Amino acid sequence: MTGSTGLTNGGLTTGGLTNVSRRSVLLGLAAGTFVLATRPRLSFGQDKVYGADAMPGGVKDDPRIFLSIADDGEVTLLCNRAEMGQGIRTSWAMVVADELEADLARCTVRQAPGDEARYGNQNTDGSRSMRHHFMPLRRIGAAARQMLEAEAAARWDVPVAELRTDSHEVVHAASGRRIGFGALARGAAERPVPAETALALKTPDRFRYIGKAALPLVDNHDITTGKPVYGIDAQVDGMAFAVVARPPVYGGKVKRYDATEALKVPGVLKVVPIAAPGIPSVFAPLGGLGVVAENTFAAIKGRSMLEIEWEDGPNAGYDSASYRDTLQSAAEKPGKVVRNDGDVDAGLAGAARRVTASYYLPHLAQAPMEPPTATARVSADSCEIWCSVQNPQAIRNDLSQRLGLPAEKVTVNTMLLGGGFGRKSKPDFASEAAILSRAMDGRPVKLTFTREDDIRNGFLHTVSVERLEAGLDETGKPVAWLHRTVAPTIQSLFAPGAEHEGGFELGMGAVDMPFAIPNVRVENPAAEAHTRIGWFRAVSNVPHAFAVQSFAAELADAAGRDQKDCLLELLGPDRKIAASALSDPWLYGEDPEKYPFDTGRLRAVIETAAREAGWGRDLPAGHGLGIAAHRSFLSYAAVVVEAAVSDSGELSIPRVDIAFDCGAVVNPDRVRSQLEGAVVFGVSLATTGEISFAEGRVEQSNFHDYEVTRIDTAPRRIHTHLVSPTGFDAPLGGVGEPGLPPVAPALANAIFAACGKRIRSLPIRDQLA
Amino acid sequence: MITLKVNGEQRQVDVEDDTPLLWVLRDELKITGPKFGCGIAMCGACTVQADGTPIRSCQTMAADAAGMEITTIEAISGKEAKAIQAAWEELAVPQCGYCQSGQMMSATALLRDTPKPTDGDIDAAMWGNACRCATYHRIRAAIHRAAEIMEG
Repeated sequence: MTGSTGLTNGGLTTGGLTNVSRRSVLLGLAAGTFVLATRPRLSFGQDKVYGADAMPGGVKDDPRIFLSIADDGEVTLLCNRAEMGQGIRTSWAMVVADELEADLARCTVRQAPGDEARYGNQNTDGSRSMRHHFMPLRRIGAAARQMLEAEAAARWDVPVAELRTDSHEVVHAASGRRIGFGALARGAAERPVPAETALALKTPDRFRYIGKAALPLVDNHDITTGKPVYGIDAQVDGMAFAVVARPPVYGGKVKRYDATEALKVPGVLKVVPIAAPGIPSVFAPLGGLGVVAENTFAAIKGRSMLEIEWEDGPNAGYDSASYRDTLQSAAEKPGKVVRNDGDVDAGLAGAARRVTASYYLPHLAQAPMEPPTATARVSADSCEIWCSVQNPQAIRNDLSQRLGLPAEKVTVNTMLLGGGFGRKSKPDFASEAAILSRAMDGRPVKLTFTREDDIRNGFLHTVSVERLEAGLDETGKPVAWLHRTVAPTIQSLFAPGAEHEGGFELGMGAVDMPFAIPNVRVENPAAEAHTRIGWFRAVSNVPHAFAVQSFAAELADAAGRDQKDCLLELLGPDRKIAASALSDPWLYGEDPEKYPFDTGRLRAVIETAAREAGWGRDLPAGHGLGIAAHRSFLSYAAVVVEAAVSDSGELSIPRVDIAFDCGAVVNPDRVRSQLEGAVVFGVSLATTGEISFAEGRVEQSNFHDYEVTRIDTAPRRIHTHLVSPTGFDAPLGGVGEPGLPPVAPALANAIFAACGKRIRSLPIRDQLA
Repeated sequence: MITLKVNGEQRQVDVEDDTPLLWVLRDELKITGPKFGCGIAMCGACTVQADGTPIRSCQTMAADAAGMEITTIEAISGKEAKAIQAAWEELAVPQCGYCQSGQMMSATALLRDTPKPTDGDIDAAMWGNACRCATYHRIRAAIHRAAEIMEG
């Protein structure tokens, strides 16, 4: 235990890479010697499983896997999700400690290595870490507490019902006896883990940590003193450093090369050819030439001296300007029908007025501040890797196959992530590090993507045209809605010829559009992918919400009405819409019974954001308010932006209000921080974010031409408003992503209110000049 | 062989003269508080102080750093640094935390020159430090808070 500031973070600082334990032995509930059977999940007679139970690896909630208590009472928790700024390591501990009745200041968090069979699902994505693990974590804490209580009851020979646990001690009030966790741990570890039905979970009114603000963050003190170990900081004795020259066009390969000059650079050790994969490449490295050196700079310099002739392959003609025309043409023609309510053709034909608009959103790169990086040590019979990844188990599987090693011989150490945003769930970089270490006969190699490598070798956010058409009746009320969404799909990464959005993409705001309009059709014309398309924070919700929420405001404008009033009217009466009624078989993998689209909750966040932002207030000339709302990842978000456009067309954003309902709130401060981040991330992609291609090559390279929002261009004030109408009765929604989708359309709507210019193409850049 | 003074210690490194200080610190001296973010002085993650002035270590050649007092986040001290660290923790500024060492190096230098900075001063001193988690408005609040802490 280090100091009194609160929770500590054991695993990732000074303990670092040889992360066994700061103690020589870890006693108590430590799991080392147990062979564990997963407790069977209660089935409730259901055929289909949802949520965490449906994930690869499922859920593990055995306290002996995740929790140990040392003789001095120190509690160590293993966190099974990657930390990339969302605060999961802190929230994880809050939940377990609460049910355990542990003192959070005597808990240390360590990071679980990649091992899905042991720890359960490890995909840190989809805004589901707490959504899926809140109840399992509570069960872990409660089970361990009950094991400690059972041990105390046996020692004192009193009924367990006479005991209570409080702040790291079991107390027998009648006799005034108290005993600490440390003294009970060894005995408790021998006791059976209570069955799920025998667990006594706390009632929410007794939560000490869950839902409480202002708790210390597990890694904050280290961060402010420069101690945390991110993937890029891994230190392995004797390691070399590497960068890779990759084909500039997706699907390309090295035709011929000359490494003579590169090898003359002092410090350069070796140039290693890496085979190019076919298309689709899944998560495989892109191939090219690895340059291994005694330090990163020598590797970079060596790479610049390589003479390479590339064979560009089938995507050499990828050009963003012409591809935009291709998408637009596709959007003008009927496509695969993915939702069809009523009769849209008749609705449009009989309308008093029709409104049509198309919206364009370019590719985007996640560009986490820590670029992709991994350090690998590969020997003939084992592999160990240290990296910042969102899915360590995928790396373990990949390396096991790639290196021909059994999975148990592959150790994946999940380090802190310097941001992820989806990029680090595609571990091509980890494979590269392993390939290079093997080529160096087992010498450890740290592979780093330079920023140019990151921008040019991404798994990019899709590019899309969203065409909306509505028919309005005489009063301006929409009676028909036709949405064509055209965008290359993430599935093109896995399946040759995949040209239609998957259910998981369409279910991100295209088909699950809740407006009370009798005739609705959503179509998805085909779009061919010419680069790697991947997950980007909030994924397809970004283009879908931009189009739908911009168009809703355009319909209000067409009717000469207030944006917010029209939005609420479009939403219609409060009701719970089944996913099936929205032609959405996906629903983020969750149970449709548990998660209907509750339009009352969307209404509540719209009303809250509008009220808190002072919707309708007097504004200075050139200022305007815009609103947008969107449900994604089972959470409801509404944003009001105040935009200011100067006479010369300069945009500034004095204020943003975001209202958010994610069901039960576990860690309010981290929810707020995620929303603050989402607001600025949304402003960034709306104002300057664009990756474009010419001759198959990414045109941008670094932060000078892939600009991200800075402190001086970020909204000056951000107000977050948490709306949680039903407290802990509400099933949890996601947090990391759902704040993002409504930001860009709210900004576009605010700009229209400020200066009358309708933004239909992102980024905004100089469109206001 | 180049001799550098880093965090109060004389260190000898065997690198080419044009090697950026960032890679000397990170790869040779294993001082990993300064982060790699862009390599072209466009993100501020690599910010260290040279004789008290914030510099981008990715654009400072090792040979040019010889003779300077280089301070990284690991060894930063003084009342401004203490106030910045306290305010950063109090307002829970970091998300992923990766850029924060650079942010704090810039913010500490700002407070040393301008103990009571305006929002405009903060923009001018901090715009070069990018944060993809977008912790900017807490950074702004924490700088103002640190100024208060320094006043006592």
